[in-house]
Amino acid sequence: MIRSYFSAALMVLGLWAAPASAEEPFIIVQSTTSTQNSGLLDYILPGFEAESGIDVRVVAVGTGQAIRNAINGDGDVLLVHARPAEEQFVADGWGVERQDVMYNDFVLVGPAADPAGVRGEADILAAFSAISEAQAPFASRGDDSGTHKAELGHWGAAGIDPSTASGTWYRETGSGMGATLNVASGMDAYALTDRATWLSFGNRGTLEILVEGDPRLFNQYGVILVNPDKHPAVRATAGQRFIDWLTGPDGQAAIASYKLDGEQLFFPNAK
Amino acid sequence: MRSFAEEFSFALTLIFQGDAELWAIVLLSLQVSIFAALIAAALGMPIGAALAVARFPGRRALIVLMNALMGFPPVVVGLLVYLMLSRSGPLGVLDLLYTPMAMIIAQVVLVTPIIAALTRQVVETLAEEYAEQLRSLGVSRLASVPVLLWDARLALITAFLAGFGRAIAEVGAVIIVGGNINHVTRVMTTTIALETSKGNLALALALGTILIAIAVAVNAMVSTLTLRAEKEGLRHA
Repeated sequence: MIRSYFSAALMVLGLWAAPASAEEPFIIVQSTTSTQNSGLLDYILPGFEAESGIDVRVVAVGTGQAIRNAINGDGDVLLVHARPAEEQFVADGWGVERQDVMYNDFVLVGPAADPAGVRGEADILAAFSAISEAQAPFASRGDDSGTHKAELGHWGAAGIDPSTASGTWYRETGSGMGATLNVASGMDAYALTDRATWLSFGNRGTLEILVEGDPRLFNQYGVILVNPDKHPAVRATAGQRFIDWLTGPDGQAAIASYKLDGEQLFFPNAK
Repeated sequence: MRSFAEEFSFALTLIFQGDAELWAIVLLSLQVSIFAALIAAALGMPIGAALAVARFPGRRALIVLMNALMGFPPVVVGLLVYLMLSRSGPLGVLDLLYTPMAMIIAQVVLVTPIIAALTRQVVETLAEEYAEQLRSLGVSRLASVPVLLWDARLALITAFLAGFGRAIAEVGAVIIVGGNINHVTRVMTTTIALETSKGNLALALALGTILIAIAVAVNAMVSTLTLRAEKEGLRHA
């Protein structure tokens, strides 16, 4: 009896010993769901890790939360897509410097039946106005993410305040891109999504791309080192090395070579 | 979307072919939740037993509070532990955020009230049964706690399993304090959340089925141990 307790305890301790392997240097990157859900980071990071010996640990949340986590010092590098918020982050002293990394674009997806009749519309603002007039269901991120900020920008530019329709045709999911697409798919709603997440999304239902190509749908990603003057624990050397790699020829080539079903998802444009 | 049957057989293939990535995730889930449940038991059982036998003003209120904490929302626990462990938080210097230890801490906070409340229930009944005997032996109320815990050990295994079940099944707390970092803090539930958000619903469901199977296996194992212990107990009696 006692022996069986003892062996059970040993088994548990054995379980515990396994992950306590030698601690290798690592950095924490606060990033967005789109870079993770699209599979980009899983694809490019092993190259950097092999070359540098630095383990990159990615926390994928919305851009708003990623920036707040970085302000709290809970990350070494910020890789997000909301330029004004990023510039504010640096201006407030939380980040060292902002650099362009890559871009892709947003697309408006919606049910094939297209109740608002926006298919093929070249102007995203006209499409948003049509959805609002038709009071067709629209699934918004509603989570202060980069995509959410971009979507709110389009509503504002179209002179529409969707918050008055909140809970009726305008539905704020308050969750990530994939979760919001699941909602849109379930209720045949329109949604604004980055193309990378859309291409790798597995539960489209009747949803398809209805509006794309408007220059206003441009989606720029930037990278910032969290300021070690604000948070001395920031792994600045390793973090800077990652940024240099990401914006250098090797990282840029890795980004360009990531394809899903033959389609390139992100376009490197570091200067 | 592939059919559920296809995804499920894909998930089974990963398991039985010993897919290292999947096994590492399963193993980490078990490590984190078993350790959290053990620590929570070490804290919660004495607390629960003490509450069962001790008599002091405010005891009733404390029991009500503890019972209410059984329904503590995991996401709130996650947020509280995040604020403690953040580099800007009081325990930031420990550098525990986004580690398995952070997930264990969150689960301990979540599970301790459950184990304490269930222990209180079990021990209180037992204490009433033994009251006369203990009094005649001149054992004080608090001194009787270890004896009562030992005699209630078989019932307390259920309390432990309830705690373990809550720990391994929750996602709200560990995704905040662990960050769902691949190869570091990614466990079964956060993997399921991630696959769901990728729209891989069938794969997510298949992983969920595996999680249930693990829970059943752990419970069966403990139940076998308990049964054997009961039999031995009878033989020695």
